[in-house]
Amino acid sequence: MMYNNEHFEPVITPNVTKPGCETLDFYLQNENGYKALEKTLKMKPAEVVDEVKKSNLRGRGGAGFPTGMKWSFMPANPVDEKGNPKPKYLVCNADEGEPGTFKDRLIFTKTPHRMIEGMIIGGFAIGSNKGFVYIRGEWHKEIRLMQKAIDDAYAKGFLGKNILGSGFDFDLVIYKGAGAYICGEETALLNSLEGKRGEPRLKPPFPAQVGAYGMPSCVNNVETFAAVPYIISKGWEKYAKMGPERSGGTRLICVSGHVNKPGVYELPMNLSINDIIDLAGGVKGGKLKAVIPGGASAPMLRADECHCLTDYDSLAKAGTMAGSGGLIVMNDSVNIVEATYTLLKFYEHESCGQCSQCREGSHWLARMFKRILDGGGTQDDLDYIAKICSNMAGQTICAFADAVTGPALSSVRKFRGEFEELIMRGGLKGVGRVESFSHKLEGAHV
Amino acid sequence: MALPEKIKKTIDSIRHQFPTEQALLLPALHEVQNEFGWVSMESMKDIGEFLNLPVSKVREVASFYTMYRLEPAGKVDIQICTNISCWLNGADKMVECASRKLGISVGETTKDGNFTLSQVECLAACGTAPAMMLNEDYYENLTEESLTQLLDKAKADLLAGKEVGKETRKDGVWP
Repeated sequence: MMYNNEHFEPVITPNVTKPGCETLDFYLQNENGYKALEKTLKMKPAEVVDEVKKSNLRGRGGAGFPTGMKWSFMPANPVDEKGNPKPKYLVCNADEGEPGTFKDRLIFTKTPHRMIEGMIIGGFAIGSNKGFVYIRGEWHKEIRLMQKAIDDAYAKGFLGKNILGSGFDFDLVIYKGAGAYICGEETALLNSLEGKRGEPRLKPPFPAQVGAYGMPSCVNNVETFAAVPYIISKGWEKYAKMGPERSGGTRLICVSGHVNKPGVYELPMNLSINDIIDLAGGVKGGKLKAVIPGGASAPMLRADECHCLTDYDSLAKAGTMAGSGGLIVMNDSVNIVEATYTLLKFYEHESCGQCSQCREGSHWLARMFKRILDGGGTQDDLDYIAKICSNMAGQTICAFADAVTGPALSSVRKFRGEFEELIMRGGLKGVGRVESFSHKLEGAHV
Repeated sequence: MALPEKIKKTIDSIRHQFPTEQALLLPALHEVQNEFGWVSMESMKDIGEFLNLPVSKVREVASFYTMYRLEPAGKVDIQICTNISCWLNGADKMVECASRKLGISVGETTKDGNFTLSQVECLAACGTAPAMMLNEDYYENLTEESLTQLLDKAKADLLAGKEVGKETRKDGVWP
């Protein structure tokens, strides 16, 4: 095996190419479906949390927070002011919308029961009797399939009251989002789940104290839940061994852009970016120029930095992040300024508007990039971009502003020559400075 | 005018799943959007009345999310993703092609009220880029040829009085 990793085996996707793999029957017959749940129900909740902790499973949504630790933050027996017990909620974040990421959609359409089983186990571990699956609203088809999967699980007694005679109850409800990228941020998601605007909340209090509907809540990504049944049935050691220290298990890497075989690849984390591009059939239409390694928000890497390994810590050391596992490959025909501008337009549209730094900053950045492309940029702009970014990152309620500065700042830092050339040349069309700075920034952004 | 009985029934049937009344707001807006193709001020008032929420609350939520259209749109909503992976694979050409074919720019609706063309942000179909949505259905790995065919078919179906862009709702197709 080219991975040079004898411990590796696919955890989530071993059967996704087989016909009928999305059905409950297939899951029960071919994938030891719901056997991990059976095992879990005979364990103590603390043992389940411990198992997940030791497996080094880290959140697959973007932040990479250790899952077991997140679960252990949940209070054991929360009560309100009057001393009545409070419910606890488990929430699945399926608001997949990070550009370059499409793994959750694969899980939903090909192996939904793995995620459901992971959620029930998670519910048992944190002592919750109710879970919500927050799914992005555009996924009409995926929502129908997930609802069918949930209904099937109810029919077989894997969900509902007294699951498999254990006395443990767990209900699962789908909640449909409505097209807001920011709802992938966990506290924005919680607001949206309450029927409010999807605006991130100030932390503390953290969701484990005050989450959905004011109750202690835990939010995890689809892929995170889907990894849990394997950890329980095969044991934490086997899972942890697959990855480097502190990054257990496998990752679903979504390769897109200029590659010959784009798609979702389940891989161990001891591969380099170059290895993964090779697996995906190599670069299409030219030579490798740049890679965004963890979804649009991750700072980009130049071709000469792509020997970097793809575990959380190696990517962080390289100044970028593992993020959501979306690997976007760009060949040398791409103009980096233009590519970054397409991302900035997206961020400009999706900023929730609560914090002025982010609302105005994302808008200004997009317009400055546009101006450079149109031939109106100056050398000073490049320093100005850095200045705007430093006023955004870390200054806001959530990490969205940091996400905007990821591509903006890294593109200028790593491809400064290209920016300078474009400015000298007078934009993409080489027409020279057509509009003045003040002219372009006139008119308030609504 | 009050909310159609059908919508009230749907919302009532899921009421027990949520601890608060306001949680039903997004589902109610989805139902209205689905029924009328957009969310009018009138509908927002009706929803507010039905869920015991001030209209301002309904409006602030409806205006936050892009899937709720606050103005009438065409019967067929063409939404082409132009984000990074789709853009790298020629999404611009797709937008241009659709625009030429329909005779409208992005953000516009054809005069006959049949088609609306818009750009949409990442549909999580980057591996099969370029991608688009035609009402509720995804179409991926687009080429100018396949896009033209899709638009022709949608128009023919529309003229024949068939439902367009709701393939995934049909029994037997999915799941």
